[in-house]
Amino acid sequence: MLSKLGITLVLPPPTSRRTVELGVRHAPEFACFPLKLNLGNFLEAKELGADTILMAGGIGPCRFGYYAQVQKEILADLHIPMEMVVLEPPAGDWGAFKASVRSLIGDRSWWDVLKAIRFAWYKARAIDAVESEVLYLRPRLFEPQRAEELLREALDRLDASGSRKELDHTVGDFTRTARGLPRRSGALLRVGLVGEIFTVLEPYANYDIERHLGLLGVEVTRGIFLSEWINEHLFGGLLRVHGLEHVEELAAPYLNAFVGGHGRETVAATVHFARQNYDGVVQVAPFTCMPEIVAHSVLPAVTRDQEIPTLSFYLDEQSGIAGIITRLEAFVDLMSARHGRYGKQEARSRKR
Amino acid sequence: MIRIGIPRALLYYMYIPLWRAFFTELGAEVVVSPGTNKAILDAGLQSALDEACLPVKLFFGHTTALAGMVDYLFVPRLISIEPKAYICPKFMGLPDMLRARIHSLPPLIDVSVDFSKGNRDWYSVLSSAGRKITGDSNLIRKAYSSARTAQCLFQEQLEAEVAVPEAIERMTGETVPGRGGQAAAEPVSLSIALLGHAYNIYDDYISMNLIQRLRSLGAQVITADCVSQQTIAEQAAKLPKKLFWSLGRKMVGAALAFYDSSRFDGMIYLSSFGCGPESLVGELIARWARRRSDLPFMMLTIDEHSGTAGMITRLEAFTDMLKRRKKDEDHLPAHGQPVYSSQGVAVQTGDHPGAATAHLQENC
Repeated sequence: MLSKLGITLVLPPPTSRRTVELGVRHAPEFACFPLKLNLGNFLEAKELGADTILMAGGIGPCRFGYYAQVQKEILADLHIPMEMVVLEPPAGDWGAFKASVRSLIGDRSWWDVLKAIRFAWYKARAIDAVESEVLYLRPRLFEPQRAEELLREALDRLDASGSRKELDHTVGDFTRTARGLPRRSGALLRVGLVGEIFTVLEPYANYDIERHLGLLGVEVTRGIFLSEWINEHLFGGLLRVHGLEHVEELAAPYLNAFVGGHGRETVAATVHFARQNYDGVVQVAPFTCMPEIVAHSVLPAVTRDQEIPTLSFYLDEQSGIAGIITRLEAFVDLMSARHGRYGKQEARSRKR
Repeated sequence: MIRIGIPRALLYYMYIPLWRAFFTELGAEVVVSPGTNKAILDAGLQSALDEACLPVKLFFGHTTALAGMVDYLFVPRLISIEPKAYICPKFMGLPDMLRARIHSLPPLIDVSVDFSKGNRDWYSVLSSAGRKITGDSNLIRKAYSSARTAQCLFQEQLEAEVAVPEAIERMTGETVPGRGGQAAAEPVSLSIALLGHAYNIYDDYISMNLIQRLRSLGAQVITADCVSQQTIAEQAAKLPKKLFWSLGRKMVGAALAFYDSSRFDGMIYLSSFGCGPESLVGELIARWARRRSDLPFMMLTIDEHSGTAGMITRLEAFTDMLKRRKKDEDHLPAHGQPVYSSQGVAVQTGDHPGAATAHLQENC
């Protein structure tokens, strides 16, 4: 979207160990993990010559809405002169929103902006499409690594694409090749991945949980996708997206109020997956994430009533991959034992 | 007589005069859980999620302590106490978390407190709570007006610098543990601004008697509750973006007011581990403190594993430093320049990352 508007875009290098170290060194010790990674991304982008940071904001009560302000202070103390443009949900204050967009686009017309936004949106949907395809295929393939290679290529191509046609083409190519890979037979376990959106979407933050589950022969379905978030937070839900509906009804009676972030969505998605006969739900969240702690607190009641095992991970720079894999393996063993003992259908009908 | 339980935790320290007066006027008996003790803390640790913060765990503990003794538990869902600001996600989910994790709870009166849109006040909240007890709406209106008076009196006392526990005692006749007393072993020589959420600093068990300890080290302690709401609003408006946590805004507003006033010798922030808003608000306040050299600042973080000895040592060191700084006020060099002590030996001041007060300590 930004390149379409004639702005030179400096993408920070993919999040790495160095990003984490940079972020952790300068960020508040008890801040949540995404803030630290974010800050690391900024510092690395700065090294590549970026002079302005574009990031999203919010209006609480999740901490994300105040990231930019704290990061500004940190950068000021580090004597790093970077400008920050914060895009926030235009809750009543269209003027400020317009001003911050205007400061980015210079003298380009709003029509160009609209076109750029529509294109960016289309691209986000395309990325979601290829990623969910891999989630579906990974546990079914003899060589899941092959699909991952294809995914990397497809993402590079999507990134470089400048038109809708190119995007469609890439998605089509990818789907065709990936679906043609040799598959294995046998029963599959299905797991829903829920939780705080950044940790769900950023493989570096969740230590590649989707991949590890996939390699253990589990099909992973995300409870939330990037395009849903963009729609909800930047467009105020104006676009029609096929996301989780009836969040409030699903989350009641376990969680009866909005608790910020995606706390209620986590509970609702867990109930949703239980009703879809999934074998289990994995929740991921940054350490000390407030909304997810509330959601996690009520999950035992969901497990009890809906008969769905859940496993929660709190992640930060201290997490170790070996511990995570061990817990995932144990969880998969537990699910397959349940699955094998009475079959998922039967397990659920005992209650009904 | 109907017995209504109110846990002595979280917003108890802000609203107990209001809540107590209201339910008492309605003819109910109000039972407040005892001061925090080991049994309550343990019960909280057992029933709450490990990842929750200490104050929320304590809330679970206090609720458990009341569970068998009352007919109803008053656990309002605290969404927002002022327009366009929240308190904390955990407060918003409190009733749900309690129900999911503690069995055999008495029925909860979980009315929602949501003043985020428009200017609704406590009347609508309390009247729907009152209807669970009585059908007499006149009685409810009367109870509300005396509750309102009680809360206003309480607020006035706080602004007159009466400490919260003392003010609660005067208003309600409850004995609030850890209300200080006259433990001044030394003459009062320091004035310290204490920041932190009311439910942390006034709970003498988890704050490890912080206020009393400071007093016995010769300090007069002023908290954010002594700053008028108007001052807080004015000061917090200086932030580039409105802070959407009410308690965090109070801390920022109070901190800025404390910086403006010249009466303080030092500032202490008591925060609890795992508190989301404090992880950012405390960081902002600490960074501002680090950029100026006139008000030494110390951050204390507590959780259920904190030991008293560590706390005492840090408090003693901090107050010692403040006293010496006060004595040598006139011959302090600027930050980063050498200091010549009375023996004439040059001491290089260091710049320690992470220690907000390092440069001041080095100067002694």
